[in-house]
Amino acid sequence: MNTNDPAAFQKHIRIYLGVFVALLAGTLLTVAISYVHFGHAGNIAVALVIATLKAALVAGFFMHLLSEKKSIYTVLGFTAFFFLGLLVLTVWSMQDHPELTASLPPPLPATAGTHHVP
Amino acid sequence: MDIPHTVQPREDTGLFNAKVGIWLFLASEVMLFGALFSSYILLRVGSPNWLYGAAKDLSVPLGTFNTGVLITSSITMVMAWASLKFNDYGRFKLYLGLTILCGLAFLLIKAFEYYGKFQHGHWPGSHTFYAIYFTLTGLHALHVLGGMAVNTYLWGPGARLWATDPERFTNRIEVAGLFWHFVDLVWIFLFPVLYLL
Repeated sequence: MNTNDPAAFQKHIRIYLGVFVALLAGTLLTVAISYVHFGHAGNIAVALVIATLKAALVAGFFMHLLSEKKSIYTVLGFTAFFFLGLLVLTVWSMQDHPELTASLPPPLPATAGTHHVP
Repeated sequence: MDIPHTVQPREDTGLFNAKVGIWLFLASEVMLFGALFSSYILLRVGSPNWLYGAAKDLSVPLGTFNTGVLITSSITMVMAWASLKFNDYGRFKLYLGLTILCGLAFLLIKAFEYYGKFQHGHWPGSHTFYAIYFTLTGLHALHVLGGMAVNTYLWGPGARLWATDPERFTNRIEVAGLFWHFVDLVWIFLFPVLYLL
């Protein structure tokens, strides 16, 4: 970034503020949508998609991954591979014990008034 | 002895050393939390009496508010770094100070939540859900605490470096910021997984 240009500074601040507002909106959307029933898997998928988009905003703009050097992308590529491997292997291993996954109870209906406040 | 490449980028990586170091550290952190998320999936799918919705006894409004606090701390952190980039030391002190305060607020709210759980007899040994809940949120809280310790040092005595080597100090803030944003990023996943799903 051009560190001597006040206009460039203002531009960066506007971008950061835009990301901040999007993150707050995403959080409220995640909460609101959790009260809509898309089915057990549907609710999980929707929440994780929103969380992934929010994480992408943080990584892309606050952590400047959108304009990072290739060496960092290489490190993160390996990390993503092993991270996904870890998750996939866990889920895959469950196939060896189908009786453990057969007892999933249906989720209780979540309503705004029923969450306990300590 | 001078440490090489604290400011000038290395020819092979194109980056100053601390930045490569923090990204490698964050990669290891991804695997640490990844292992715990895997454990969460395994425990949740395998548990015959997993807790859902209101049965978890977690406060969604408090969790939502705390998420907002952590997101706010992320923008103040990046603003602190941007302020140094534009040679505004006064704003840097303000924004980093706000970041530390947001971290403190997050931990206090989390402690209040923990207290509520303990009052209702929910301990890590009470239920499989609480075992993974306290493990994940406790480890995350330790990361917040660690980030606050580094930020407080850089806000206080560590800030003296600005007078002698401003570029190096700016790089330190960038590295501390990368860790702080990662902590925020982890919470972005923890909140829906633990509170909402």
